[in-house]
Amino acid sequence: MYQYVVKRLLLMIPTLIGAALLVFFLLRLLPGDVCEVRLAGTGLFASQEDIDICRKELGLDDSLYEQFIAFAGGYFTGDLGKSMWTGQPVVHEIQVRFKLSLQLAIMSTLVAVIIALPLGIVSAVKQNTWIDYLVRAFSIAGIGIPSFWLGIMIILGLLIITQAWFGAGWMPPINYVSPFEDPIGNLAQLIWPALATGYRYSAVATRMTRSAMLEVLREDYVRTARAKGLIERVVINRHALKNALLPVVTIIAIEFAFLIGGLVVTEQVFNLNGLGKLFVDSVGNQDFALTQHLVMLVVLIFVMTNLVVDILYAWLDPRIRYS
Amino acid sequence: MKRYIRAFRAKTVASLLLGGAVGIGFCAQTATAETAQLGGTLDFVVAGEAPSKDGHRETTYAIVHPYAPFYSLLIRVNPDNPQSSDFVCDLCVGGVPEPTNGGKTFTFRIKEGVKFHDGTPLTARDVKATYDRIVFPPEGVPSARKAFFNMVDSVEAPDDTTVVFNLKFASGAFLPALATPFNWIYSKKDLDEHGYDWHRDNVNGSGPFKFVQHQPGAFVEGVRNDDYHHAGQPHLDGFKAIIAKKMSVRIQAIRGNRAAIEFRGFPPKARDDLVNALGDKLRVQESDWNCVLLFTSNHARKPFDDPRVRRALTLAVDRWGGSKYLSRIAIVKTVGGVVFPGHPLAASEEELVQLAGYGRDIEASRAEARRLLEEAGATDLTIDYNNRDVDQPYKVVGTWLIDQWAKVGVKAEQHVRPTPQFYAALRKSHEFDVSIDFNCQSVINPIADVTKFLGSSGNNYGQYDDQVLEEIYGKLARAPTEDEQRALMRQYEKRALDEMAHMGISLWWYKINPHRSYVKGWNIAPSHYLNQQLDNVWIDKSLM
Repeated sequence: MYQYVVKRLLLMIPTLIGAALLVFFLLRLLPGDVCEVRLAGTGLFASQEDIDICRKELGLDDSLYEQFIAFAGGYFTGDLGKSMWTGQPVVHEIQVRFKLSLQLAIMSTLVAVIIALPLGIVSAVKQNTWIDYLVRAFSIAGIGIPSFWLGIMIILGLLIITQAWFGAGWMPPINYVSPFEDPIGNLAQLIWPALATGYRYSAVATRMTRSAMLEVLREDYVRTARAKGLIERVVINRHALKNALLPVVTIIAIEFAFLIGGLVVTEQVFNLNGLGKLFVDSVGNQDFALTQHLVMLVVLIFVMTNLVVDILYAWLDPRIRYS
Repeated sequence: MKRYIRAFRAKTVASLLLGGAVGIGFCAQTATAETAQLGGTLDFVVAGEAPSKDGHRETTYAIVHPYAPFYSLLIRVNPDNPQSSDFVCDLCVGGVPEPTNGGKTFTFRIKEGVKFHDGTPLTARDVKATYDRIVFPPEGVPSARKAFFNMVDSVEAPDDTTVVFNLKFASGAFLPALATPFNWIYSKKDLDEHGYDWHRDNVNGSGPFKFVQHQPGAFVEGVRNDDYHHAGQPHLDGFKAIIAKKMSVRIQAIRGNRAAIEFRGFPPKARDDLVNALGDKLRVQESDWNCVLLFTSNHARKPFDDPRVRRALTLAVDRWGGSKYLSRIAIVKTVGGVVFPGHPLAASEEELVQLAGYGRDIEASRAEARRLLEEAGATDLTIDYNNRDVDQPYKVVGTWLIDQWAKVGVKAEQHVRPTPQFYAALRKSHEFDVSIDFNCQSVINPIADVTKFLGSSGNNYGQYDDQVLEEIYGKLARAPTEDEQRALMRQYEKRALDEMAHMGISLWWYKINPHRSYVKGWNIAPSHYLNQQLDNVWIDKSLM
């Protein structure tokens, strides 16, 4: 196992180098640059002299080779450079947003797991009954409804309902507060996007749980467990569920990794200052320095998540051994 | 100069009284002789994040809204009447001085006892250091408004309370340039000790509020400056400028009282929704906006090198009809020429209708357009049309223009591009036949603002060189009286929009600011850059 983990960690190096090359050169194919957006994008007069100074300051006039060395070299020197838009260190820009994105990803995952596991199990156990149909309709709706739309509906619903009931509209706070400073304020802001994204996420996991459970429930060892006279709860929880969880864990882990950097629209809808919103802003501003490091962060999160999932497999199914 | 300001003031006040009736109609509260209440924090939303904290190098309103309250200006647009060009002193004493030396010397007396937030006294030497940085920046130091001051020869500070601006020639554009809301007065000590980059990340002003913190991507926070140099102000304890890029968030934030106001402007539909939802808890202020949406023909591409084709494009556009219908869905409204509507230098309606594309008989205009296209051999014309991927007003008006051109048989293939790619096509690759373009300015300064139409201007993308237009402008920039300026402006307008039709004007923007009615003291300006120091803003707690 130890050897396997080391080998996987070493394999991450070519993966990250490949990703770095890809993101660096693909970004440079985009027309336009950050200085023009920044100085000319307002419609006010922008002198070419100022644009040239800006390009020089940001190193955009350097050769691609020099720019790539500066970008990739940052991973060895620990200096990831500065955002081309704000001039702030990239590490600081990411750090500020990371805690919110991580908390939201955890909360959404919790919402998804709390909904998906019971519903997936009940749906499988009660296959082809009205309960199963209801759960399937619920989960198909979850896949079909975009979470940003659900987010908008949640905000409008809260405004309309609170206005009707209390005479004044209420909406979630639009400024992040740390759960350690103000847990209620933090929950008041993040529970709604967690529900909106958790619902879609749960829909995928519910369907996966259901199909995995259906497969496992037809296995011989489940039949044997029932023949032994075990009560149904034990058969389901101890014998079937644990084995059915393998694909579910994969789905949950991949979704979790996606949530950390991928909530681009939901973060905008709820005005959450997370990594997804930062991603959109940095691409919109042609902030290559920030965008390429954000992409690398997401790549790293996915690679690490896959590794954790593989290790979890071994824990969930003792028959799996890595050598 | 004084006559010019007075005339403009009288005309704009009159037009405000008449034209502003719509806005006043929405007002739940009137701003008559109310006593400002002290205290409270103003939360407002801003649609963008400033690239830095340095007003001298940036051009976006996203820096003005959160950071202008930390600074003072030498002179500013009157915060109690920002619709006028009624410039008043901020750091200077008394009124804005009359020029001497044939309009070439302006001498300002600087207030005594003013302090920067770090406790350093503010003197005339700080004002000089600031304007030296803006007007004569050292090589390699950006200054976004350096070109506004091409008439300035030198700035002197003979003592701690006197600043003298010596001009190369008398210019009506000087005072408006001086009142530009980006010209924040920096401390000479900061510039000398920390250099010209220090203000990118640091704030040390003498404005009504002191900087507390900036959370990247989230908000900027300020707290009252008890040593502020305008007695009795500011009224607020502080403010928080919350960054919210999605318009729906900003609208709902006002509805849900997470923010009291957004200073840039909303489209009519958002105003109507908020009015319906909030009733008398909302006040709406509306104004003509010193931004105009244009379409620029690329003269380097055939057949747009032919003035007949460009004239046909402008003749096809029904501006009067568009004003009526588009103003219901987009942030545009007023029909105008090259000068901000209502300004003394702007064309009257009688003068406007003489220009190509401004006639009241649109069918006659379009018949003429078809004739010109036929004469130019461009009857089967398809335009490669560059537009910006921003709804208001670009995509809305841009799509309307396609329909207008279709009425004279011109087809358009619209390429809607995100802002960076839009500008890359506009400024670098020039891959367009016709592009949406715009001219957004802060202080109404027609003589400077109309440079947009000059081929030599840094923000003109038509790729043309019109020496006749340049000569007219040269005379206009130096014309000493308003009558001469006005006459030359008509020549300039006729040449740019009609004879050569270098660019076409669609409509002038229209600013709509719905805000919580408990926000008092803030008066809408004709620009989203103006009147943002917030020193006269207060919160009426009885309405919260």
